[in-house]
Amino acid sequence: MKLLEVNHLQTYFDTSHGVLKAVDDVSFDLEYGESLGLVGESGCGKSTTALSICKLLPKEGRINGGEILIEGQDMASLSDDEIRKHRWADVSIIFQGAMNALNPVMNVGDQIGEAMILHEGITKDEADKRAADLLELVEIPRERIANYPHEFSGGMKQRVMIAMALACNPKIVIGDEPTTALDVMVQAQILNLLEKLRRELNMGLILITHDLSILGETCDKIAVMYAGRIMEMGTADDIFNHAMHPYTQKLIECFPNIEKAKIIPEGIKGAPPNMLEVPEGCAFHPRCDKACDVCMHSRPEPREISAAHVVACHLADAEVDHE
Amino acid sequence: MSRKSKETWETIRHNTMAMTGLITLGIFIIIAIFGPLIVPFDTQDYGTAADILLPPGNGHLLGTDDMGRDVFANLIAGARISMMIGALATLISMGIGTLIGISSGFKGGKTDLVLMRITDFFLVIPWLPLMMVLAAILGTSIWNIIFVIGITGWAGTARVVRAQTLSVKERPFVERTISLGAGNWHIMIRHILPNVFPLVFANTVLTAAVAIVSETTLSFLGLGDVNTASWGMMLHYAFECGATSLGAYWYYLPPGICVILVVLAFTLIGYAFDEIMNPKLKKR
Amino acid sequence: MNNIISDEIVVQVTDMKVYFDIDKRKFARTGRKVVRAVDGVSFDLRKGEILSLVGESGSGKTTTGKAILQLVPVTSGEVKFNGAPVSKEKAMLKAFRQKAQMIYQDPYQSLNPRLNILDIIAEPLDVNHLAGTEKERMGKVCSALETAGLTPPEDFLYRYPYELSGGQRQRVVVAGAMIMDPDFIVADEPVSMLDASIRTSILRLMLEMRDKTGVSYLFITHDLSLAWLISDRIAIMYLGKIMEIGPAEEIIKNGIHPYTRALTKIMPVPGVNKDKERIVLEGETPDASIEMTGCRFCGRCPVAMAECSEKEPEFKMAGPEHLVACHRFSEA
Repeated sequence: MKLLEVNHLQTYFDTSHGVLKAVDDVSFDLEYGESLGLVGESGCGKSTTALSICKLLPKEGRINGGEILIEGQDMASLSDDEIRKHRWADVSIIFQGAMNALNPVMNVGDQIGEAMILHEGITKDEADKRAADLLELVEIPRERIANYPHEFSGGMKQRVMIAMALACNPKIVIGDEPTTALDVMVQAQILNLLEKLRRELNMGLILITHDLSILGETCDKIAVMYAGRIMEMGTADDIFNHAMHPYTQKLIECFPNIEKAKIIPEGIKGAPPNMLEVPEGCAFHPRCDKACDVCMHSRPEPREISAAHVVACHLADAEVDHE
Repeated sequence: MSRKSKETWETIRHNTMAMTGLITLGIFIIIAIFGPLIVPFDTQDYGTAADILLPPGNGHLLGTDDMGRDVFANLIAGARISMMIGALATLISMGIGTLIGISSGFKGGKTDLVLMRITDFFLVIPWLPLMMVLAAILGTSIWNIIFVIGITGWAGTARVVRAQTLSVKERPFVERTISLGAGNWHIMIRHILPNVFPLVFANTVLTAAVAIVSETTLSFLGLGDVNTASWGMMLHYAFECGATSLGAYWYYLPPGICVILVVLAFTLIGYAFDEIMNPKLKKR
Repeated sequence: MNNIISDEIVVQVTDMKVYFDIDKRKFARTGRKVVRAVDGVSFDLRKGEILSLVGESGSGKTTTGKAILQLVPVTSGEVKFNGAPVSKEKAMLKAFRQKAQMIYQDPYQSLNPRLNILDIIAEPLDVNHLAGTEKERMGKVCSALETAGLTPPEDFLYRYPYELSGGQRQRVVVAGAMIMDPDFIVADEPVSMLDASIRTSILRLMLEMRDKTGVSYLFITHDLSLAWLISDRIAIMYLGKIMEIGPAEEIIKNGIHPYTRALTKIMPVPGVNKDKERIVLEGETPDASIEMTGCRFCGRCPVAMAECSEKEPEFKMAGPEHLVACHRFSEA
C-alpha cells in the first residue's frame, strides 16, 4: 500500500468570473520515506494541490473530483469534522514565509505544544518535553522553548515551523516553498535539515517550489506542473537527463548552469496562461515551438515511458510509438 | 479604466448598505434641486391668525407652522439649504485636511511635527463649544457658518490622509519618481494624491454627515443664519414657539427625521466604501 | 573580455559608508545604535560593463546601489560619476539623475497603479521638461516601448499596470529607465520576482540595451548563478564590505575567500546531485548594528585565525582584476 495516492484530482474555484480549474486531473503517488518535488511557475496549481491534500482550501475552493488516498483511506470524500482529526496527524504543511505565521505573544514551546494537546490530549508538561525534543530535532537548543518568536532569526523561525509540522508525527510533510523567503545559505541549511528528518523519521516529503535547480539534490521524484496539469513526471534522472516534454526541456534551460556555457537561454515566449482561460487542447501549445495541429485540439493523456517516467505530450507519444 | 469602473460598480451594486445609502441620498438630492418647483406653496406665504399651527390636512401635507406657512414647503426648501451648507463645509474640511495630511506625511521632520500638533489641537477641542465661540465672534451669516464648520472638521481627515501618505510614500514607484529628479510638489500631486484619493473620498462622506449635524445643531441653538430656512432653523423655531408642548408634532418631527435620514445615508455609504475598498486587497 | 567595454570609468566609488542611526533618543546614556549598512566600499565601473553585487540579506548590496543614486544619504566617502563628484546641489543632482536610473525588483509595486503606461514611461521626460509637444512625447514613448519589446506600442500606451503581466510590467520599467538614454543603471534584483521562463527575456533585453547604447549596469542580486550568467565582474559582499571582487568566471571557478567558496559550493546546479556533499555554513548573517573589529566574516569563517578578529584584512591581488580581502591569502 502506498503512503499517498492522488488519482485524477480536480480542484476548482468558484469566482465571479467563472470556474477556475486550478488543478485539472492530477495524479501521482508517494511511498514511505520518498521525496517528491512539485515544480512549476505561478498559477500552475502546485500550491492548490498541497492545500487540497490537507483540505485547507479557501471557501471558494472545492474538490470537484478524484481521490486522495492516505494509506488507502480517501480524504477527499471526508467531511470537515472528520478531516480535523486527520489534519496535522497524517499530513502537515509548512508554508512559505511561515516565519510570519508565528503568534508573537506566545512562546515557541506553547505554540508547538498546541497541536499536540489538541490532537492527543496530553498534559502541558508532557507537551513541553516533547516540544523541547522537537527543537532538538531541528537543531535548536532545547532551552529555547521559553523564547518568543521575535527572539529568533528568520532561518530559526522556519526551523520552529518545521518542528511544529512534526509535532504530531505526521506521515507526510508538505513544504510549500519553505525556503523561498530565506537567504541562500539558510536555504541550504533548511534543505539539509528536511533531508535528514525525512531519512530519520521515514516520512513522505513533498517539496513545492518554482526553483527546479534545487530539486535535483533533494528529490527522488519530480513532477512538472503547468496550468493545473502534470506535464511530465519521473525520477530526478528522468527529468534532468531524459526530459521528453518541450516545457520541461525549456524550463531546465532557464536555470543558470555553471557547468555549461555562459549563454543566456532563449526562455519560453509568452506567459503562463490566465487560469480562467486555459488554452484548448494541450495547455502549453501557444508557447510551444514544436506544437502541431493535434496539440491545439486534443489534450494529451499522461503516458508511461518507463517505470516512473510519465509524459503528457502528443509529440512524446509519437516518438514512443515510432520506436 | 472602464473595466475597473465596471467592476467597482458591480461591487457597489451588490452591497446593500451602499445601495440603501445611495438611493436615500439620491432622493434627497433630487428634492433639494427640484423640490421648490413641485411644491405649490411659497415658503414665505404667511397665513392669517387662523392658519397658525394647523395639523396636516386641508391642502397642507404637513400642516402649518407658527406663522401659518406650509411646513412641507419649508421642509423641501430646508433640504436645499442644509445639504448645500453641508456640502460646502465638507469641501473646505476635505481640502484643508488633505493638504495638511499629505504635506505632513510626505515632508516629515519639522513640518510634520508642527502640522500634527495643530491637528491634535483641533482634534481634541470639543467642536461644539469651539463652533459656538467662533459663530459668536464672526457672526451668524450663512458663509460664516460654512466657514466655521469647515474649519473645525478637517482634523480627522488630516490624520487619516497622513497615515495613508506615509504608507504610499514607501512604495517603490515613489522612490522611482524621486530618482528621476522630480520635485516634491510633482510627487505629491501626481503620485501621492491619486493613491490617497479613495481613502479621502470615503472619509469625506463621513465628514459630510458630521457637517450636516453640526449645522443643524448650531441653528437649533440659535447660532444659525436667521435668513435661511434650514432644517436646523425649523427645529429652532419649532421649539421657540413651544410646538412640543402644544403637540404640534408635524412641525418638529419632519425636519428631525430628515436630518437623521440624510446622516444615515452618508454613514451607510461611508461604511460600505470601507468594505468595498478593503476586499480589493484580498482579490482572488 | 567583452570588447564592448571601454576603458572609460563611468562610476567610481571610494570608501563609501552608509550608516543609519536607529536609536534616536537624544538622552540615551549608552551608545546610540548605529546600523553600518555599508562600511567602506570601493569599486570602479567602466562604460558598458556589468558588475554584480552579490550577497545575502544584510550585506548592504541594495543600500550601496541606492546610495550611489543618492536615494539614501551617504555618510562618508566619495562617488564620482563620469569623472565629477556627485553633489547634492539641486541643479547638478538633477543632471546626474537624468543619466543614472534605477530598475526595481517588484514589477507590481514599482509602477503607479493610477497612471497609464504612456504617463509612466514619459515621466522622466516630463520631470526634466524634455517632453516636447504631445506628438513628440508619444513618439519617444512608443520608440522606448518598441525597444523594450512591447509591440505594437500603440496597444500599450493607454493601458494600466494591472492589465499587464509581470514580465510586461518589468519591460515597462526598463523602457522607463532607458528613455533618457542613461549612462548608468542600478538594477536591484530585476528578475527575482518573475517566473523562470520570463526571466531570460528580461535579461536578454538588458544585455541588448548594453550592446546598443553602452550603458553600464550595477546588478544587485542574491543569486550567484544569475550573477555569473549576466555579469562581467562580480563583487561578493558581506555585512557592508566587499570580500572579493573579480571577473565573473574567476570568482565562480577560482574563488578564494572562504565566503565566496561557501556560496559557490551551495550553488544549485540543475541536474541530479543526490549525493553531493552540501557543505553549509552554520548560523546566519549577524546584526549589522553590532560593532566589529577585524574581518566581518570571522564569526562564521571555517578557517578563521586569531588575526582575523583583530585586524581587518586588506585587498590583495589574486589575478588580473581579481582582489580578495582575506588574511589567509598571500600574494604569490
